[in-house]
This record gives sequence, structure tokens and C-alpha cells, in this order.
Amino acid sequence: MEGQLVTERLSKRYGSSGMALQDVSLSAPSSGIFALIGRNGAGKTTLVRILATELAPTSGRAWINGIDVVADDKRLRERIAIVPQEARTVAWMTPRQSTLTYLMWRGFPYGEAKRRADESLGRLRLDRFADRLNRTLSGGTKRKALAAMVLASEADIVFLDEPTTGLDPVSRREFWEILRELAKDRFIFLTTHYLEEAEQLADTLGVLGRGRLVAVGSVPSIRGRTRYQYSVKIPAGARVPEVSHGEVTTGKGGEVQILTDEDEAFAISRKLSVGGSRFSVSPVSLDDIFFQLVGEPTQEDAEAAQAPEGAT
Amino acid sequence: MRRSHASQLLASILVNAVYEMKNYPINLVNTVISPISFLLVIDFVSRGALIGQAIEGGLIMSMFQSGMSLQGDISHLKNDFKLQDMLVSSPASPSVYVLGMAASEVIYNIPALAVLVALGALYIHPGAIAALELTAALLLMFLTSITLGFMFATLSSDIVQSFAWSRLLTTIFTAITPVYYPITYIPLPFRYLAYLSPTTYIAELMQNTAGYLRLSAGAVATDWAVVVGLTLGLLVVVSRNARWKES
Ligand SMILES: Nc1ncnc2c1ncn2[C@@H]1O[C@H](COP(=O)(O)OP(=O)(O)OP(=O)(O)O)[C@@H](O)[C@H]1O
Ligand SMILES: [Mg+2]
Repeated sequence: MEGQLVTERLSKRYGSSGMALQDVSLSAPSSGIFALIGRNGAGKTTLVRILATELAPTSGRAWINGIDVVADDKRLRERIAIVPQEARTVAWMTPRQSTLTYLMWRGFPYGEAKRRADESLGRLRLDRFADRLNRTLSGGTKRKALAAMVLASEADIVFLDEPTTGLDPVSRREFWEILRELAKDRFIFLTTHYLEEAEQLADTLGVLGRGRLVAVGSVPSIRGRTRYQYSVKIPAGARVPEVSHGEVTTGKGGEVQILTDEDEAFAISRKLSVGGSRFSVSPVSLDDIFFQLVGEPTQEDAEAAQAPEGAT
Repeated sequence: MRRSHASQLLASILVNAVYEMKNYPINLVNTVISPISFLLVIDFVSRGALIGQAIEGGLIMSMFQSGMSLQGDISHLKNDFKLQDMLVSSPASPSVYVLGMAASEVIYNIPALAVLVALGALYIHPGAIAALELTAALLLMFLTSITLGFMFATLSSDIVQSFAWSRLLTTIFTAITPVYYPITYIPLPFRYLAYLSPTTYIAELMQNTAGYLRLSAGAVATDWAVVVGLTLGLLVVVSRNARWKES
């Protein structure tokens, strides 16, 4: 199916360890930006690597634009590019040389590769660093140089595994602008731990929890489907009314947050107004949704807790 | 889009030879120094009697080294930079990538080869046919070692392990085995062990061609058959088992 990313009960087990990915089935547009979030070890990188034809799934199938990622990997590779989570720029080259050779490896003739490399480095504001050895660049600049490599290519399906980790807040926002621009005629599949980033960028958001897909859809649609859609915040020291259903948490400074549904939020607000307390009501943030969906201990936490004392 | 294989080849050479040499010229010294220093030691110890064998040994070692450096370089790019992952998820072809990397190892070896070939012309002075035979034997050595190197590289998962392997293999296949000296120096029961190494056959053929060893026509044919068979066999094994994509 042109225009769709489809997975069908996609699962992955590494060796004899537990399931890194379990029965992931989804269908989403393969256009714009798909952002995948989830805790450490949730399976994001595993899913990305399978879709990018780097890793064979244990079972299940997946298609991007109707191309089978396993059976038809050669054909898909004509159209994809990736920056892996742990990729590093080659120490003895410059960003310009790195981008140039990456494009030549993809089969661009020298001249065109050079032109595209210069353009991409400019777009990512790397001109100043383009001819310095990668090993002398700061961590964030190295990360940007990697993005410049793949974004210079002709690939219309681009995987970025945590592209903005290590970028300062200003660079990160600049990077979002670039991604939005590029996503106009490309499909960008990225993972991130920054929920604000996911909210800002995602046309489709996927949430993984312990190898399972716990939610997928646009941010508003996921918000609509969560148990609690409203957040009531009460400053420290104020009297907290009784809550019939919802989740009450107390922050570090003593501020109380109640996650609840619309009716209950309304009821609580009325009680607080009558009592003359200050408070605020807002739709839940993506952070709140994230905690509701995958806030429980991770698989790795559970295994660590089970391991005998002192074992590593 | 039409993709240029020439461009893909050149990319490997730029990354692995041209740009790298610019930054770490010491590597160039390294590839020259080990075959030549072995040659000198053998020459001194034998008081010049084994200079011809030692030159041939140096040539074999430098060819074998190419494969082992290829192993180290591919593993380095794969494990430390995740470059191979980036190339797997792209139209780059694994065979063109490896060919380009192998070509870059040849470039690294040019200085060592130039010195050894010059010495060979001086001390061995082979005729045209003999020179051809020597070249063919060395080419097979090169093919065998890069195939081995590529296989190890794709199976390796960390660089320390792969450096350890290449050092071990180089010692076993070029220093201990009768590459720099005649096989007849080895006590008989151990000679059979030496025949487990492909480098032994290559050395035997080259020593025979240069006249340092008298082999029967049957023995020569057997040696060629073993070497060619092994190279082809390795190529098949590698094309089946080398891991480009992870399972
Ligand atoms: N090569 C591997 N061999 C064995 N287990 C692995 C391997 N790679 C990942 N895992 C396991 O698979 C699970 C999912 O890992 P994955 O890297 O996909 O998580 P992630 O969501 O990308 O995490 P992070 O946010 O930390 O990058 C983890 O339990 C991890 O330990
Ligand atoms: Mg990851």
C-alpha cells in the first residue's frame, strides 16, 4: 500500500533473552513525521532497525509503501537512510568528507555528491565546521553532522534514532524546523525521549512499553483515548478535596496534581472555587499521558529486582 | 536513479586509504616495516643464504596482512562508528563496499610491495613465465586473505576481539609456517601441521618457481589445486555466511 507503514504482529527475540518486541501491529501514514517514544529498553531501536532492514524480525511482517521490509529489503534500501542511535562520525574525516563519501556509497557521482553535501551542511548550519576533523567537534555538532549525511541523500524514508540527544535547546528547535521542512516530501521516522519534541513534530505518535505498542495515532487522538484527559493542579499548602476517581500525585514542592476525566475535573474545580483555593485545570500534557501509559517499572527494572543481591 | 559503482568503490578508497593516510601516516610505516624486518632477520641469520626465500616470504606476508588489515578496518567502521548499519540501510552493495575496502588495502601496501618487488628483481631475477607464476600465487594469497578477513569482520562484534584475532592469524599463518624459510627445516611429524596452512602451499609454489625447491610436476599440480580450491571454497563460504544484515 503506497503511503502506509504497516506492521503485522512484529516480534523480536534476541537469542534466548526475553521478547524485545512483541506482536506490534500498526498502520500509519508513511508521510510526515512518525515519532516513537517509550522508556529505555522499550524496543524503539529494535523496531527502527527492523523497519530499516538492518535486523531480521523473529516473526511477523512489515511493509512501507507496500514494500515488504524482509522479503523485499533490496528494493526498500533504494529509498531509505538511517542514523543509528549509536552512530558516530568517523574520527579522521571532516563533516564534508563524511557526507560526500556517504552519498558516493549510495552511488552518486562525485560532482553531484559534492554539491548535495555542501547544500545539506549549509541547511544544518554546519558551514563553519564542515572542514574540521570530526574528532575535534562537540558532541552535538557531531550528531548534526550525522543528520546532514543522511538528509543530503535522495532517500524519501529516513530513520533517525534519537537525533536530538545531546543538542542544546536552541539547536534542537532549529533541528525541528529543518525536519518539518524536510518532512514535506519525505517520511521521517524518529525516536525521542523528549516528549515536547514528539508533541511538536509528530503527525503520528507511537508509544512502546516493554516491547508492546501501547498507543498509536495523532497526539490529540491518543489524548482522547487515555483514561484521564484533564489535569488539575493545586498549589502546596492548599486543602485537597476528596477525589472519587482519578490519580493524585504530590510533586517535590508539595504541589498536588490530579489526573482525572472531564466530569470529575469539573466537580473538583467547583469544590475548590467554593473553598476559595487557587488552582488550574488543563488538558493532560504528553508527559502525563506518557506516565499513564508506560509509567510502570520497565522489564529491565523487574529483572534487576529479581536478581539476587550483588549479582550483576 | 542510476547509481555509479565506480563512485561506490571510490568512496571506500577515500575513507579507508586517502583520508585515513592523511591523518595517520604512521599506518603506512607499519605495513612496510613488518615484512621487511622479518626479511632482514632471516637474511642476517642465514648469512645471506636465504635472501630469496625471505623476499618471497615478505611478499606473502604483505599480501596476508592486507586481508587482516581489511578485517580490522571493516570491524572498526562497523562496531565503533556503526557505519555498516548506515550502509546496510542504503542502496550500497556489500560486494562493492568490500571490493573498495580491499582496494584501499592494496594502496596501503604499495610501498612495501615496491620495495619487495625491487629486491625480488635484484636477487631472484625470475623470467617472464616465473614472474607470472609468482604474481598468480600472490594474487591467490591476497584473495584468500581478504575473504578470510571479511568473514571475520562481519562476525566480529567488538574491535578488541578483532585486533586480537588478526594478530593471532598473522603470526600463525606467516611467521610460524614455512613462509620465510624452506619447509624442509621443519622436523617431519610437524611438517604435516604446516600443510594445514594455505600460506605453506603458496610459499612452496613460489620457492619452486624461483628454484629454491625441487617439486615434482605432480606436487606442483596438487599445490595449485589446493590453493585455487581453497580460495574458491572460501569465497563460497563467505558469500553464504558473512553477515551484512543482522539476524
Ligand atoms: N543486540 C542485542 N542483544 C540482546 N538484547 C538486546 C540487543 N539489543 C537490544 N536488546 C534488548 O532488547 C530490548 C529493547 O532494546 P532497544 O534497544 O530496542 O530499546 P530502546 O527502546 O531503543 O531503548 P533506549 O531508549 O535505551 O535506546 C532491551 O531489553 C535490550 O536489552
Ligand atoms: Mg534505542
